[in-house]
Formats: sequence, structure tokens, C-alpha cells
Amino acid sequence: MITVITIAMTLFAIAALLNLYRLAVGPDIVDRILALDTLMINSIALIVLADMRMGLGVLFELALLIALMGFVSTVAMSKYLLRGDVIE
Amino acid sequence: MIVIDMPGYLQVVVATFLLFGALVALIGSWGLAKLPDFYTRLHGPTKASTLGVGCILIGSLIYFSHQHHGVSVQEALVTIFLFATAPVSAHMMGKAALRRRLPGVARTRNMPDLSEK
Repeated sequence: MITVITIAMTLFAIAALLNLYRLAVGPDIVDRILALDTLMINSIALIVLADMRMGLGVLFELALLIALMGFVSTVAMSKYLLRGDVIE
Repeated sequence: MIVIDMPGYLQVVVATFLLFGALVALIGSWGLAKLPDFYTRLHGPTKASTLGVGCILIGSLIYFSHQHHGVSVQEALVTIFLFATAPVSAHMMGKAALRRRLPGVARTRNMPDLSEK
């Protein structure tokens, strides 16, 4: 089981590196927003896997907080690009 | 090293969920890095990451429900939040891309008119 969790964390680390590549390369700002959103989602999975690996069971609040902050920041940046203002 | 005392079939189920979810999320991020166009790039991470991270969270829900001798509600809370908010953020990013008038690949069918008014 520890081996399976390690393999899954390795795959998620490769996915995070691919997201960082798109964040550096992406030709438009919307690509960078999408890469940041995907990086947030992958980091949620990494936090949950690290929690299972260490056997703590206390890191869910961190995962929930990162999910909330990622969603709010993505919607705020997209709204800014749509309207030129976050809250009209 | 953490000693995991679970019955064998539960270990098989949790390991299958974890590996499948990690593979699906890796495929989605690879599509984000590889595909040529924003509108095609939007498809990879939204669907694949939702399914992959959903499988990871379901596996960890089974694991921690067995460890804590009850239903772990926080895992289900993270899963429900992620499933409810990922389509909303994807929709907002698509609208922002259409507002920015990003060009699509040449063989896109039924592309809206992106010329400046």
C-alpha cells in the first residue's frame, strides 16, 4: 500500500511539472489561469496522498482550504478578464 | 513506517482507485501540456482532473473510514466541493477565452465569429 501511494504521488508530481511547463509557456493569460487551476487540483490530491502516507488524518482541512481558494481565485481572474472588474 | 492493518480486498480496492486516479490525472495534465489550442486544452484538465482527483478522494474516503471506524465526512466534503466547483471554473475560463477572442485551430467546425467589431 505504501508503494502504491508512492507511485501515485510520483505520477502527480510529473503532472504538476507539466502544469508548470504550461504556466511558463502558455501564450495567453487564460492558459496560465487554467494551468494554475489544474495545479491547485493536483496539489489537493498530493496533500490527500501525503496524509494517507503519513497516516495522520488531519490534513483534510488544508485540502478543503486550497480547493476553496483555488476556485475563488480562478473565478475572480476569469471575471476580471470578462468584465474588466471583479465586482461591478 | 506506518503499519496498515486492512483486509486484503479493501487494500486491493483502495490501490486500484489510487492508481487509476493518478493515471487519469497524469493523462489530463499531459493533454494540457501537449494540445495545440486553448479550447482543446480546456477539455483535458477539467474532465480528467475531476475524475482522477475524485478517484483519489474516494479511495482515501474508504481508507480513512476503515482507519477511524466510521464514515469520514471531511473526505466526502472535499469531493462534493470539487465536483460542484470544477465545471463552474471551466465555464468561466471558456467565457474569458471567448471574450479575449483567442484563435482556435484551423479545422475547428462551427467556430464563432471572433473578428473585432
